[in-house]
Amino acid sequence: MAAPVLRGCCLGRCWALACIDSGSRHGRGAATGFTSSGKRGQSFVAQQPLLTAQKSRKGEHKWAAVVGLEIHAQIVSNSKLFSGSQVHFAAPPNSLVSFFDASLPGTLPVLNRRCVEAAVMTGLALNCHINKKSLFDRKHYFYADLPAGYQITQQRLPIAVNGSLAYSVCVGKKWRQVITKTVRIKQIQLEQDSGKSLHDELRSQTLIDLNRAGVGLLEVVLEPDMSCGEEAATAVRELQLILQALGTSQANMAEGQLRVDANISVHHPGEPLGVRTEVKNLNSARFLARAIDYEIQRQINELENGCEILNETRSFDYRLGCTVPMRDKEGKQDYRFMPEPNLPPLLLYDTASLPAGADPQQVINIDRIREQLPELPSETREKLIQQYGILPEHSFALLNEVGLLEFFQNVIKETRAEPKKVTSWVLNIFLGFLKQRNLAVNESPVTPSVLAELLNLLDRKVISSAAAKQVFEELWRSKGKTPSQIVSERKLELMQDEEALERVCHAVMEGHPQVVMDMKRGNPRAINKLIGLVRKVTHNRADPMVIKEILEKQLLS
Amino acid sequence: MLGRTLQEVSAALKQGQITPVELCQRCLSLIKKTKFLNAYITISEEVALKQAEESEKRYKKGHSLGALDGIPVAVKDNFSTSGIETTCASNMLKGYVPPYNATVVQRLLDQGAVLMGKTNLDEFAMGSGSTDGVFGPVKNPWSYSKQYREKRKQKPHGENEDSNWLITGGSSGGSAAAVSAFTCFAALGSDTGGSTRNPAAHCGIVGFKPSYGLVSRHGLIPLVNSMDVPGILTRCVDDAATVLGVLAGHDPKDSTTIQDPGKPFMLSSLTDVSKLCIGIPKEYLVPELSSEVRSFWSKAANLFESEGAKVIEVSLPHTSYSIVCYHVLCTSEVASNMARFDGLEYGHRCDIDVSTEAMYAATRREGFNDVVRGRILAGNFFLLKENYANYFIKAQKVRRLIANDFVNVFNSGVDVLLTPTTLSEAVPYLEFIKEDNRTRSAQDDIFTQAVNMAGLPAVSVPVALSNQGLPVGLQFIGRAFCDQQLLTVAKWFEKQVQFPVIQLQELMDDCSSVFEIEKLASVSLKQ
Repeated sequence: MAAPVLRGCCLGRCWALACIDSGSRHGRGAATGFTSSGKRGQSFVAQQPLLTAQKSRKGEHKWAAVVGLEIHAQIVSNSKLFSGSQVHFAAPPNSLVSFFDASLPGTLPVLNRRCVEAAVMTGLALNCHINKKSLFDRKHYFYADLPAGYQITQQRLPIAVNGSLAYSVCVGKKWRQVITKTVRIKQIQLEQDSGKSLHDELRSQTLIDLNRAGVGLLEVVLEPDMSCGEEAATAVRELQLILQALGTSQANMAEGQLRVDANISVHHPGEPLGVRTEVKNLNSARFLARAIDYEIQRQINELENGCEILNETRSFDYRLGCTVPMRDKEGKQDYRFMPEPNLPPLLLYDTASLPAGADPQQVINIDRIREQLPELPSETREKLIQQYGILPEHSFALLNEVGLLEFFQNVIKETRAEPKKVTSWVLNIFLGFLKQRNLAVNESPVTPSVLAELLNLLDRKVISSAAAKQVFEELWRSKGKTPSQIVSERKLELMQDEEALERVCHAVMEGHPQVVMDMKRGNPRAINKLIGLVRKVTHNRADPMVIKEILEKQLLS
Repeated sequence: MLGRTLQEVSAALKQGQITPVELCQRCLSLIKKTKFLNAYITISEEVALKQAEESEKRYKKGHSLGALDGIPVAVKDNFSTSGIETTCASNMLKGYVPPYNATVVQRLLDQGAVLMGKTNLDEFAMGSGSTDGVFGPVKNPWSYSKQYREKRKQKPHGENEDSNWLITGGSSGGSAAAVSAFTCFAALGSDTGGSTRNPAAHCGIVGFKPSYGLVSRHGLIPLVNSMDVPGILTRCVDDAATVLGVLAGHDPKDSTTIQDPGKPFMLSSLTDVSKLCIGIPKEYLVPELSSEVRSFWSKAANLFESEGAKVIEVSLPHTSYSIVCYHVLCTSEVASNMARFDGLEYGHRCDIDVSTEAMYAATRREGFNDVVRGRILAGNFFLLKENYANYFIKAQKVRRLIANDFVNVFNSGVDVLLTPTTLSEAVPYLEFIKEDNRTRSAQDDIFTQAVNMAGLPAVSVPVALSNQGLPVGLQFIGRAFCDQQLLTVAKWFEKQVQFPVIQLQELMDDCSSVFEIEKLASVSLKQ
């Protein structure tokens, strides 16, 4: 297992592509963020390269960090993994609980076909080997929100194994160099979610909500191939996009549909891996990166101070920004795994192995699911680059915001403006506005066709680029108006009457002989001053390029 | 009327000789009179009468639902019954009223059966005597039979007759006693290691364990999921087949049931056994086997042989490992299955509320008896990471060997195996409790338990009375899912042996009139 050396990986800056280099930096527009719809505006702040310890005067003592992840993704399904109860976020407590979910004695699990298909689809999208036979096991522990006293999972033989997930990080001073990294996927297993415990400290009571108990989860185990918080967060972000593209999980971290546990250790390159800790229940990407980086640094500090790392479970206190040992997980748990006797082995087929005359309702054909795989984010990005000639980092940015790609494509459909122009407007100006107002793409008052119309006006040189921005701002304020209406109301059209513009130029030159003199003496800045003056007189309605041409012509005449 | 078989009484209902309500009332009155047997934990009188009235309406309209319409049945108290307390004879579930019916219960009710009540058992079906439940032991109706009493009089025991009652065997002893004492015509038991066949043998009735996967376990509160099968207790083989026809078939709520659609089990009357091959497993000839049972066993073999069947000795070489293997697998699943009883969602909860953990501990200590707690402890030990490979995995491998033994024997051309069901006839309670539950279970399951490991169908058929006047049963074991063939052979055998009817008249003075009438009625029917 070649664990990248920390110093090497985070050379200079290790930016996730989630943070595009937008070139122009309007407000907070640059940081498009690693966001899920619930946590907008939490831009993905690049970590200060945290490897202070590596610079220790001890010279040879460089540290390498090794990060592996266990990710739980709630499967999008109408009903739970083993029962017919519905699945809804934020339903009234205990309103979605079947007899099985409450573990009434005598109830038996019945496997949900949709969950199996989702697992197979996810496995295929993550380049996994799909096991044609997989098994279910019971994992025992006593907890109030685990009514049966065990969780049904796939410990021995999971449904998918040996996959990989590619994600890209941008490196280099201008972050223009895209490096694709791969993390191996050990396995994907189907398992039940637990219920929720609400601790009422005041009355020293625990309230149990079993709505979530038994919801289908995909546990995706990522091998320890990552080496910093940023990499882990970017890998998770890519997984999130893939799950969303597949429709197998909404993967919304804020709603708990995607939960991440991180295994972290540090060691000296070339030496055996260090003792690892597990940081549990990371429920936002930002905290994930911060928690991992904090934990790496903590372990380095501990070891450099001659202390030992304990194999323990920790949680991340986002208020303090540090990880702390978890109290209730003290003592090693023995989960006493046992085969689930009520579920026969889960058998999957491909077209070649499908038994003749099999009832399609009773079998799952892996090949059929493979045919139904939608376009994956990496393919979408590649297409964008090919089709529109946009920069790779822009392709990432377009996918990172929910609905942005669709918005972009709808604008493209209705405008004759250059794709690069559209990209720039969508990623810089449009997204910047959204961020400032903490809005999602689908909450924008500016629709794709309105932006397309605006860009058409710009493209046809009806308005200047400055005027276009003015119109855009106006569009946010006055919903329902078209760009053309605003342009005409505010008289923002570029002056098409060249003679009139010539007259204005002439008048301005007459009025500023000193500047004209400067210009004649060869001061290159002088012409800009004149252009500015002309624009002011024309209320920004004249095209600076045209003004410049006229001025130069008049100067020569 | 009560002494008849299910098929006979069903015919009487159709002919209008008796109405469902009358039949139900007679059974209820007999249940009350035989209360001392402790066969029932709950008597569902109101529900039963209501169901009987519904049935009566159907009969009046001529729309009866079939062979079970209006037939009084009883259900072991480890099957969930909607609206009727289901206790598993444990403090843990006292007062627990399930909100749903087990699939087998639902199927009986859908056919118009009348549910008389829930029958007694060992706590959570862990036992072989029906002596270890919180509601006390079940008494074997044969303890009070004319046959047994007369034999006892001949011997100068001088002991107090009343304290010398016999156990029913178990764990479905309540169901066996209920059928044996004529309080119902069929009862559901459960069978994990012999819990249906063992009490059936001791109570002189038919105890049938279907193939694993043929009958739904949904709603059966589990002992060992991979071995549990709902069992059927009746007074004759035909009745067992009738009930099986109603119960068998795929249940979407139990993923271990087979997909094939259920077919009615109509048993043909076998006239020629010459094409049959009966296997006699030599490993079942153990030193603990009573000479009487052994002699009945060999007589039965001779009977088949004399009628032209091929009877051969076969070997099931891994039989002797069955008990210890079962112990590991059973306790492991028990440890797991019992984990849900934590006092939170249902069942008993202690008063301690210092912490959740303290609440769990006290609840489970108060809720389970020593037998259950002992098995949980053992099972958790076997499942520990460091022990799993040495115990659980090995036991699973042995289980496969045991199952393969049967496969090999059946592949060699054997149709049905013939074995004893129990080591001896029923023993007195005072005798029985000299040994602890674990020892008893290990001994008593010796002939029955390997069948559960292999998932095969097996039926215990009463053969004859012992010298003491007590019933002895023999077991037939069939190929997986060849339940019909097995029962057909059992039916033939039943017809040959003509097992005597239990005579309870002298003891139940109050009922004597009932029984006299019965006798006449059944005679007239048989003409």
